[in-house]
Amino acid sequence: MSIVGAVTEPHAYLRSQTRWRPVELAFWLATLLPYVLFPDYLVLASAIAITALFALSLDLILGYAGIVSLGHAAFFGLGAYTAGLAAKHGWGEPISGLALGGLVAGIVGYGASLIVARFRHLALIMITLGMGLLLEQAANSASWLTGGADGLQGVKMWPIFDVFRFDLYGKTAYGYSLGVLFIVFLVARRLINSPFGLSLRGIRENALRMPALGAPSRAHIRKIYTIAAVIAGFAGALLAQTTETVSLEAFGFQRSADVLVILILGGTGRLYGGLVGAIIFMVARDQFSGNTPQFWYFWIGILLVAVVMFLPNGVLGGLARLGALLRGRAP
Amino acid sequence: MSAPALSTRGLDKRFGSLVVARDIEFSLPQGARYALIGPNGAGKTTLINLMTGMLRPDAGHILLGDDEITRLAPDQRVRRGLVRTFQINTLFPHLNPLEAVTLAVCERQGIARTWWRPITSYGAAVDEAYAILGSLMLSADCYRPTRELPYGRQRLLEIALALATRPKVLLLDEPAAGVPRDESRELFEVIAGLPGDITVLFIEHDMNFVFRFASRIIVMVGGGILLEGTPHEVAADPRVREVYLGARHG
Ligand SMILES: Nc1ncnc2c1ncn2[C@@H]1O[C@H](COP(=O)(O)OP(=O)(O)OP(=O)(O)O)[C@@H](O)[C@H]1O
Ligand SMILES: [Mg+2]
Repeated sequence: MSIVGAVTEPHAYLRSQTRWRPVELAFWLATLLPYVLFPDYLVLASAIAITALFALSLDLILGYAGIVSLGHAAFFGLGAYTAGLAAKHGWGEPISGLALGGLVAGIVGYGASLIVARFRHLALIMITLGMGLLLEQAANSASWLTGGADGLQGVKMWPIFDVFRFDLYGKTAYGYSLGVLFIVFLVARRLINSPFGLSLRGIRENALRMPALGAPSRAHIRKIYTIAAVIAGFAGALLAQTTETVSLEAFGFQRSADVLVILILGGTGRLYGGLVGAIIFMVARDQFSGNTPQFWYFWIGILLVAVVMFLPNGVLGGLARLGALLRGRAP
Repeated sequence: MSAPALSTRGLDKRFGSLVVARDIEFSLPQGARYALIGPNGAGKTTLINLMTGMLRPDAGHILLGDDEITRLAPDQRVRRGLVRTFQINTLFPHLNPLEAVTLAVCERQGIARTWWRPITSYGAAVDEAYAILGSLMLSADCYRPTRELPYGRQRLLEIALALATRPKVLLLDEPAAGVPRDESRELFEVIAGLPGDITVLFIEHDMNFVFRFASRIIVMVGGGILLEGTPHEVAADPRVREVYLGARHG
């Protein structure tokens, strides 16, 4: 492009908004560090990557489209049980099991989206909460299938690509979870930089104006809700496969609440918020919850209140503001 | 004669016991410039809400050209060319004008469904958005978040968003509400300069602007249409003086 001037400016601006920043590359390179620095913590690292994927899924609906959900674990649980059941009943191939988990979660997610797209605010919180509790109870009742409160036992995974066996140290598990997280992240990043992503932000920013621009907001919401459900299903499937067990806790209200806390800690609507939030939350829990697991929520409670009060845009929002301040002061 | 661009028949609407629209009948010829006036609470905004589908009428019909649109959803009416702006800014606070108008262009072109291609690959849509912003003197502000823009610029963005939908009929609800007088003039010059094939109905309280920019005026009082006429007829009508001007200045 040789023409520089008023006409090309908006294109240059939009390109600059979507360009990969050095700090992003640094972040993703750093995700490989556990292999070198903390080889004893790869199981934890894998759990973090899975939680980050789950939080990324919530960010797409909450952070971008402004759809609050208190029952997002429903799709996590569906993915987990689908992949777990497939492996238990003789199909332990991870990649197809993962796809199946996403598919089932996506189908149910689409069904739920028909309802979800019609509501906002408090009604939406109640509806998503209700759907989450409903599925949890259904999984509990269907103990012939799910193992009920005992969880799903006897999940046996085959090696990934017939090569990488799941090991006790989490080497394969972390590589697998991280790989899936990264690929899904790339897709999510593309999505939010698309025209569709822009319309989602429009729904979040002003749901009243969208129809006045001719936008079919409900169709948009159904679509992103289904996509988010698929991703949550992936996250659940990953947990089932890497831990070779599934418990009712996969569907639990606690999980729905935790992922909301994680996203708000990290910062909504910025893709990395869920990732950073997952790291902070999971590492802190691992460090502090040793003796008294209940007490851990005391600290999370304090942290949550502090973040919402002082960093309304989460840790990442705070960092962004700090960066802007520093740049502003620089000569 | 071709069908009017927009017309209503016997529109009624009440909120509880309050009648906000009573047997509303009028029609806007293609390319017309109409003003809708009336004292506060007369039901002007409600009428726009009824026509654009944000409220359902209790009775009556709305026609866009020859097509009955009474039962269509708001976004469907917009896609057929009936577009409004808002008396109170209804914008996207954290988007900048370039993003907001690009969004509107993408929705119109049907590319807003695309999620696998970046917005940057739709250069024509971005160019169109930028051109609309330029025509409303917003180029210089188009990268600043909307919530940081001066109020007058936000009023212009209201119109820019509506234009991005390529309206056939444009309903402007007090476009200059809250804008200082000299800026209001600028704003009405923009409205006067809109393409002649767009039919425009605007609500405005300042009679100078009404008389200068409207070819015909509809006067509403208490949910009903008091009269419709040329600026001269309206200015000369004793009922208007009494009810409308009396209510405002008396
Ligand atoms: N959603 C609603 N529920 C109940 N009453 C309403 C509602 N919307 C408007 N009203 C009432 O209907 C009447 C007409 O309101 P409307 O906003 O249409 O007036 P307006 O002519 O636009 O006035 P203004 O010049 O102040 O903008 C007012 O008395 C208002 O209080
Ligand atoms: Mg009004």
